[in-house]
Amino acid sequence: MSEKFDVIVVGAGPAGNAAAYTLAKAGINVLQIERGEYPGSKNVQGAILYADALERLIPDFRDSAPLERHIIEQRMWVLDEDSYIGGHYRSAEFARPPHNRYTIIRARFDKWFSDQVQKAGALLLCETTVKALLRDVQGKVIGVEVDREDGRIYADAVILADGANSLVATRAGLRQDIRAETAALAVKEVIFLPKETVDARFNLSGQEGAVIEMLGSISQGMVGTGFLYTNKDSISIGIGCMLSDLKRQHLAPVELLERMKAHPAIAPLIAGGEPREYAAHLIPEGGYDALPQLYGEGWMLVGDSAGFVNAVHREGSNLAMTSGQMAAETLIELLREKRPATAANLARYRARLDASFVMKDLKKYRRLPETLDRQRQFINDYPALLNQAAHTMLRVDGMDKRHKEKEIFNAFRERRSLLGLLGDAYHLWRATR
Amino acid sequence: MPSNVQAQVEKKLYLNRYRVDAGRPHIKIKDANVCATRCTAQQCVVCCPAGCWSRESGRVSLITDGCLECGTCRIICDEFHNVDWDYPRGGFGILYKFG
Repeated sequence: MSEKFDVIVVGAGPAGNAAAYTLAKAGINVLQIERGEYPGSKNVQGAILYADALERLIPDFRDSAPLERHIIEQRMWVLDEDSYIGGHYRSAEFARPPHNRYTIIRARFDKWFSDQVQKAGALLLCETTVKALLRDVQGKVIGVEVDREDGRIYADAVILADGANSLVATRAGLRQDIRAETAALAVKEVIFLPKETVDARFNLSGQEGAVIEMLGSISQGMVGTGFLYTNKDSISIGIGCMLSDLKRQHLAPVELLERMKAHPAIAPLIAGGEPREYAAHLIPEGGYDALPQLYGEGWMLVGDSAGFVNAVHREGSNLAMTSGQMAAETLIELLREKRPATAANLARYRARLDASFVMKDLKKYRRLPETLDRQRQFINDYPALLNQAAHTMLRVDGMDKRHKEKEIFNAFRERRSLLGLLGDAYHLWRATR
Repeated sequence: MPSNVQAQVEKKLYLNRYRVDAGRPHIKIKDANVCATRCTAQQCVVCCPAGCWSRESGRVSLITDGCLECGTCRIICDEFHNVDWDYPRGGFGILYKFG
């Protein structure tokens, strides 16, 4: 297979599909390579689809995409062993089309997205793993080597959308491998329940959906978060923790998931359900300071392989799509100007990213991974303190309210001290401003 | 990994669909002696979400059939870098129905 393409895209997840779609739409000769049997077979996500990023690519995606439910309610829970305290935001506005966010099942969604890419004119090669990048004598990337006979395929540029592990880029020395300190492991189950049961348990009707994001005791002292998303006739439930914490903790990921499922606030929501799949995936959560070099001579990184994840807002697939689109637009522009895909010219990709929400959001939270890693009180103390405060205040037991307030304040002061409380407020402000 | 946890994992993996590349494991231990003699933590045994790694009389063994291809074992082996990690050949390995 000694062929030459304008562009090769490695991977058929949200980033790779966005890139290949944009290129193919512009009439560019693009080959996309996917190691799975079908696009989606290797991909894992919660999953929430943010409409905006996809709408910019395929404005009428709602007519044909396999969407589970549009989200009308978002819950944020801070859990202690027996309880949770939190906020719910539910709005009829979210129920009116066009909907802003959907739950999706990635294997189905990715297949659909890939169909659109192929209809736009890209060539897709599945069941093919890229082993290495091909370079010319100057070191410019000129193609890929795949695990098929005579597997050298050439292109003017290669877009690497090969996911969190990004073995291809790492082996080629384009980036450092991800580290335990900057990666989270998420484990997840899809649990089936009749649609009516999901509707009743979350007060939903039609295609309405609800999601719960959680933190606190469920992560067993580790930096991590849990989630529960409603699909049409199933629930996706999972939990992710930093690998560096998991290493220290001596706790099997499956136990973490089972303990979370057994929490008294969560168990009734999934009771009687039938688990049909168990998945695990790494999430690059190092944020802005962990970003690798994003482009070079003939290559660009997009999506998870570039580390584009906003861990605070649980966003990743939208950053993936937007970065894929921007990488493609950069190449389209260069091809039209008849300029080569040199590092100097591909700097335009970085400029596009810098001007967008992708880099602006990553920059805004650049200090948060380090803050959470060092300031363990946010994980270990505050969830319990907040739950206890609610418990003290809401329990009617003859104690007057001023005493209750004092008790709550003393609990905070004992655990954190006055200076500690001030310091914590400062740390949190600084990490998220 | 305690046997009850191992049983939990196995029950879950049973739900999944795989195309196993028989006789061609995509992950290998570079030097089994390093695991047995130098690595005291042997964290792969605990952290692998698919329970692919196990410990028997101090030695670590690996069966990749149930691998979820997450990469955890490679990343956490950051002291000895003793994991030779690759993706399965194209088309093989985990086949997520939902993902």
